[in-house]
Amino acid sequence: MLNHSLRSLATGLRAGLASGVRGRRGLSLSAVHADEAVHLGSDVTPRPKPWFRAPVTLIPGDGVGPEIADAIRDVFKAGGVPVDFETFFLSEINQASSASLQTVCESVVKNQVCLMGHLATPEFSRTGSLDSLGMKFRRELDLFANVVRVKNRQGIPTRHNNVDLVIIREQIEGEYSALEHESIPGVIECLKIVTEKRSRRIAKFAFDFAVRHGRNRVTAIHKANIMKLGDGLFLKSCQEVARLYPNIEFETMIVDNCTMQLVSNPHQFDVMVMPNLYGDILTNLASGLVGGAGVVAGESFSSDIACFEPATRHMFSLAAGKNLANPTGMLYASANLLSHLNLPFHSQMIKSAVDRVLRSGKHKTKDVGGHTTTKEFVNAIIKHLET
Amino acid sequence: SVAPLRHWHALAQPIRHASGNVRTVTLIPGDGIGPEIAVAVQRIFEAAEAPIAWEAVDVTPVKNPDGTMGIPKAAIDSVNKNQIGLKSPLMTPVGKGFRSLNLQLRKEFSLYANVRPCKSIEGYKTLYDDVDLVTIRENTEGEYSGIEHEIVSGVVQSIKLITENASRRVAEFAFEYAKNNNRSKVTAVHKANIMRMSDGLFLRCCREAAEKHPEVKFEEKYLDTVCLNMVQDPTQYDVLVMPNLYGDIISDLCAGLIGGLGLTPSGNVGTGGAIFEAVHGTAPDIAGHDKANPTALLLSSVMMLRYMDLYDHAQRIETACFEVIREGQTITGDLGGQAKCSEYTDAIIRKLEAGQ
Repeated sequence: MLNHSLRSLATGLRAGLASGVRGRRGLSLSAVHADEAVHLGSDVTPRPKPWFRAPVTLIPGDGVGPEIADAIRDVFKAGGVPVDFETFFLSEINQASSASLQTVCESVVKNQVCLMGHLATPEFSRTGSLDSLGMKFRRELDLFANVVRVKNRQGIPTRHNNVDLVIIREQIEGEYSALEHESIPGVIECLKIVTEKRSRRIAKFAFDFAVRHGRNRVTAIHKANIMKLGDGLFLKSCQEVARLYPNIEFETMIVDNCTMQLVSNPHQFDVMVMPNLYGDILTNLASGLVGGAGVVAGESFSSDIACFEPATRHMFSLAAGKNLANPTGMLYASANLLSHLNLPFHSQMIKSAVDRVLRSGKHKTKDVGGHTTTKEFVNAIIKHLET
Repeated sequence: SVAPLRHWHALAQPIRHASGNVRTVTLIPGDGIGPEIAVAVQRIFEAAEAPIAWEAVDVTPVKNPDGTMGIPKAAIDSVNKNQIGLKSPLMTPVGKGFRSLNLQLRKEFSLYANVRPCKSIEGYKTLYDDVDLVTIRENTEGEYSGIEHEIVSGVVQSIKLITENASRRVAEFAFEYAKNNNRSKVTAVHKANIMRMSDGLFLRCCREAAEKHPEVKFEEKYLDTVCLNMVQDPTQYDVLVMPNLYGDIISDLCAGLIGGLGLTPSGNVGTGGAIFEAVHGTAPDIAGHDKANPTALLLSSVMMLRYMDLYDHAQRIETACFEVIREGQTITGDLGGQAKCSEYTDAIIRKLEAGQ
């Protein structure tokens, strides 16, 4: 415990020295309030190279995960990014080769940052557990907030343009509580749990996020007209937290109306906060609007851990090993990771390289309508890193 | 055991009548813009000479002998007798003791499947031009069972109920519908990787129904995959069958693709009959101003005519409606025009009379 706080203090000091700026920019990864997560904004001014190398846990995941993780490693190496990856293969469908959840969690807690692919969930569990490995991982580390920033990228043709919204999803409780039982044969009950504590926590996170990133409006998504107690509690918690932020507009919307609005007019949304299942639906919907699952990055936060991952959780097993996968989303996620580690120079370097490759339109992977392979795409990125 | 299944085209009494035999249909005029659009539909049916007689009933809740608020007996008897209903939007009164009227109707007549065909309408341009799919949603259980408790202060549990009977019933219905309406594929939408037991049961019932109907293709997709793919390429889906909550969300998503709830028909099939409805709201702000758009209710009534095997009338009314929208001269405000509801209705009637 003492080592942990000393280490975080040291990281904070180093980060502060490296950035040369006191105050919020020099904030360490764990010197935060208990219910608040930190996300350092990105900064475009180049800084001198820092003198430390950051250890980051890397969990490639299943399906196309390992190929994408290789792509990230190649790009980091080419860009001279001072990150040391501690790689763990964690998988529920390949349990024999998987590291234990305990080991991986210890590593993440030690490093406080991780980059991870999607952990596939089999439809049945050999141990009979109702919880998937991904859910266990998130619960163990209390990664309660999932943030997906949905933005149109130049170079990826979509029906909607100028989309810029943020989806914040509570990902610990709700429908994913894995509490199911068969009361009598042929009748199954699945419990959805909503607690005031977690609802307030995610609402506060959403409003803090809005304040920190200069967003003006938070929309709470719910179905309280039908689930009066459950979603009603969520809504009430959001309304109570909204009162603490008079400068941020707060509104509510029912989830089915929200899906309709998103496909016709996504520009009316700014920051959206919602429970677990609706978050799953809307992050996928919104990702589809701007180009698909390969293009959008996501992040998960607990009070002291930040986890960078693809926005949507799909395995793409059909594309595994075929050099077809799109590393764009994961590259943006890794750029966000570097920004969080207070390495703005390298973060911006990777981000502009990806932006430029997409804008040029010459390298498009299969999912966005082209024929570029993963390796060709990565080479194009590396070339842009060097210029 | 599964309750006797209402085949999409078969009812207890034969419904093919010689011309001149009029069928009575229960009409629920609804609230807000409900009555106006119901009148529009009645006028159009009259112009098309559809053999339908309307029996209007009021479903405003009354106090039952046991003290609860419920649908008046006259309304229940009417629907049980006619077995077909057309419903305009209803407003659920806010306050204690009023359960959602829609939910009550569903329970009363065991309306177990909600069918919403979503087809892009030529003449009303959205960002998606090539949508042509049908969502079939289990309507009685799932997340909408209304069973919730506050276990301790600040912790609420909502129960999602999935039963084998209901899942099997809706799965069978989906395949029958696909067969009878020339649809080639049924996709079961689920989240069985997360909700292993409940959605697992639903999925198993769908698989069993698929085995009984080998001529219809069957696939299973995760809910999030469907959402992701639907907004990129809606043509990859044909008939979608799913439990209650997912169905609610996906059917509204598909309605959004074709232009909103003001243009989407909806039918509820039950063991005791079928009720077709417009699913948009009561729009109290434009009620009484002759501004409403009756298209959703009209298309639902067309669905109703097809259900009753009155294909000829259904086709004529639908064609007239789509032609008026395509021409774009006399369309209501929500479609981008300036016509009044009555003017739009008149235009459709003119088309019908011209076509005869």
